[in-house]
Amino acid sequence: MAVRTCVVSMVAADSEGPKDSGVRMFRREPSIPLRGSAAALCNNLSVLQLPVRNLTHFGVVHGPSAQLLSAAPEGVPLAQRQLHAKEGAGVSPPLITQVHWCVLPFRVLLVLTSHRGIQVYESDGSVMVYWHALDSGDASPVQAVFARGVASSGHFICVGTWSGRVLVFDIPAKGPNIVLSEELAAHPTSITDIASEPAQGQDCMADMVTADDSGLLCVWQSGPEFKLSTRIPGFGVPCTSVQLWQGTVAAGYGNGQVRLYEASTGILHVQINAHARAISALDLAPEVGKLLSAAEDTFVHIWKLSRSPESGHIEVEHCHGECVSDTQVCGARFCDPSGSSFAVTGYDLAEILRFSSV
Amino acid sequence: MSVRALPLLFLNLGGEMLYILDQRLRAQNIPGDKARRDEWTEVDRKRVLNDIISTMFNRKFMEELFKPQELYSKKALRTVYDRLAHASIMRLNQASMDKLYDLMTMALKYQVLLCPRPKDVLLVTFNHLDAIKGFIQDAPALLHLVDETFRQLLDIYGGLPAGEFHLIRQTLLTFFQDLHIRVSVFLKDRVQNSNGRFVLPVSGPVPWGTEVPGLIRMFNTKGDEVKRVEFQHGGNYVAATKEGSFELYGDRVLKLGTNMYSVNRPVETHMSGPSKNLASQTQQSIAPNPLAKEELNFLARLMGGMEIKKPGGPEPGFRLNLFTTDEEEEQAALRRPEELSYEVVNIQATQDQQRNEELARIMGEFEITDQPRWSASKGDDLLAMMDEL
Repeated sequence: MAVRTCVVSMVAADSEGPKDSGVRMFRREPSIPLRGSAAALCNNLSVLQLPVRNLTHFGVVHGPSAQLLSAAPEGVPLAQRQLHAKEGAGVSPPLITQVHWCVLPFRVLLVLTSHRGIQVYESDGSVMVYWHALDSGDASPVQAVFARGVASSGHFICVGTWSGRVLVFDIPAKGPNIVLSEELAAHPTSITDIASEPAQGQDCMADMVTADDSGLLCVWQSGPEFKLSTRIPGFGVPCTSVQLWQGTVAAGYGNGQVRLYEASTGILHVQINAHARAISALDLAPEVGKLLSAAEDTFVHIWKLSRSPESGHIEVEHCHGECVSDTQVCGARFCDPSGSSFAVTGYDLAEILRFSSV
Repeated sequence: MSVRALPLLFLNLGGEMLYILDQRLRAQNIPGDKARRDEWTEVDRKRVLNDIISTMFNRKFMEELFKPQELYSKKALRTVYDRLAHASIMRLNQASMDKLYDLMTMALKYQVLLCPRPKDVLLVTFNHLDAIKGFIQDAPALLHLVDETFRQLLDIYGGLPAGEFHLIRQTLLTFFQDLHIRVSVFLKDRVQNSNGRFVLPVSGPVPWGTEVPGLIRMFNTKGDEVKRVEFQHGGNYVAATKEGSFELYGDRVLKLGTNMYSVNRPVETHMSGPSKNLASQTQQSIAPNPLAKEELNFLARLMGGMEIKKPGGPEPGFRLNLFTTDEEEEQAALRRPEELSYEVVNIQATQDQQRNEELARIMGEFEITDQPRWSASKGDDLLAMMDEL
């Protein structure tokens, strides 16, 4: 094993310039056709890996509908399903803002958010188990009402809303008896994204982070009652996508920057001038600490996060950059926990592009 | 989606329409003293632009437009421009109107897509308004009307946070989604690919407020920078030199939204249909997008604010053709793919006539009785001129 690692790194050293420490290791795989193109939303791709049957599930929002499909490694779509936002009063059918699979300790659910409310489905999208209508009561007429940002933490599913409130739903081990257990009110503007990770034990309790349109980040300890542990102020630029890895918050912003903060203290440790346009998606491969960033500048970058052995601070190196020509990337996710493959969606593009390591 | 996107959509599309009409009419110009009664003159051109601009910026109409509301469908909005284009003595038939609308929407899609920051959609709008003011330099009352709208835009959009503009831009991009009509002026400039998708450059200035990508900075607990590493981003960007002006007057810096047509660089009459993207075509036809009754009601209210001068009296309505020949125009009407046909609007409106008298009245005003085709009409002169393109 040691020998093999050595060979790989030598090849990399031969083929790459001194600045690129990472190995260029991804190639295009056959793409997966979609029935409708992806809408111009941030985080517009959800991926669910089912290792048992070697199937990957993809969810993409088209506009008033969203498409779920599963594909084998060769990229042939096997099963497809179209989901729609619940209708309501209005000139046009309500638009969907996000689809996201929530992997809970005991079940997997699919959450669909729209300008009307929150729809929770069984993981294959076959049965809607819960519906939560958004209350636009206190919204001014110039305010667009929507839900956006989904993550699960323990047996809770948290969903962000236009008002900045985060709704916490308690999910039973089975059945549709989902209960709205709490509303978190720490954000003054619309929630953009939520991320979580399994609690890291006693000394690292922070396990959820919420982001909003002003760039404000809130770090939470989940539990029967969620506790706000850290507020990381914004700087006037929306934080469009957020991830949490081993107590580190990775945040992508509308100005193309990626910033890494210590979740427990809110201290900024890394600032990357990563992209030339707004970041549209971040993702993490937790097993290896790889971070993926995608933006409207047509680029996808992969970064390696690590802790400095001396200071214990988070450090980062650039591993890979991929230009998806003429595609305003709106969603990107790793397709496996080791970060050896990823998938990309683009505005107006009716396919999912896939890349995997050589 | 954002309920503030409609004014920006309407004003920018209106600006694009004026660019195209101005160029068509200008190229056709015949000095006033030499023109026959049925030929386009400089006076006619100015009159058409003035009539359209005064209808477009009518106070009552602007009041309706700026009320918070959802966007209309592409089909519904076309009826607004149909009405606007016919606010003067100029007449366009169905095929030319379709083509005009296609050119307008693709141009604005390009501008919204390439906007450096979502907020710059406002600069695109200001570019259009600046140019519109150029068209009416010698009409102070009209200038005043346009400036009123300008101030209204500054009032409403000037203080919006970046997140609101993100939502506005997403809303506009949703409006343009799956629209892949190839426009030859874009193809020729290599800003559009043959599949109808626009080219996204990976060089040039980054948006104002964005750093050139390629640098990683690391900090210690005290906030001191302890390490600085460069990386290959893959693009070839430079820093932004200055921000465009969001004032009433000023250098917008951004060129998107300025007039890309000129006599030397005419409106291309050749335009291809949508690319053969079966997936997206299927999607368009199955997507539930009927012109719902409620949408008609909103539309009726909006258009109630528009004042239309009916062609009447001794003056003939002058025909403008956006195609090379009459035959081409007829062919285009027949060839147009069903999912891109806007005729549904008319059919639906007729069905709604009993239910909605107000709308029926408005739609009735759209109906333009067949224009007689004079052998030497102003329209025919335009055709001759287009042959030279």
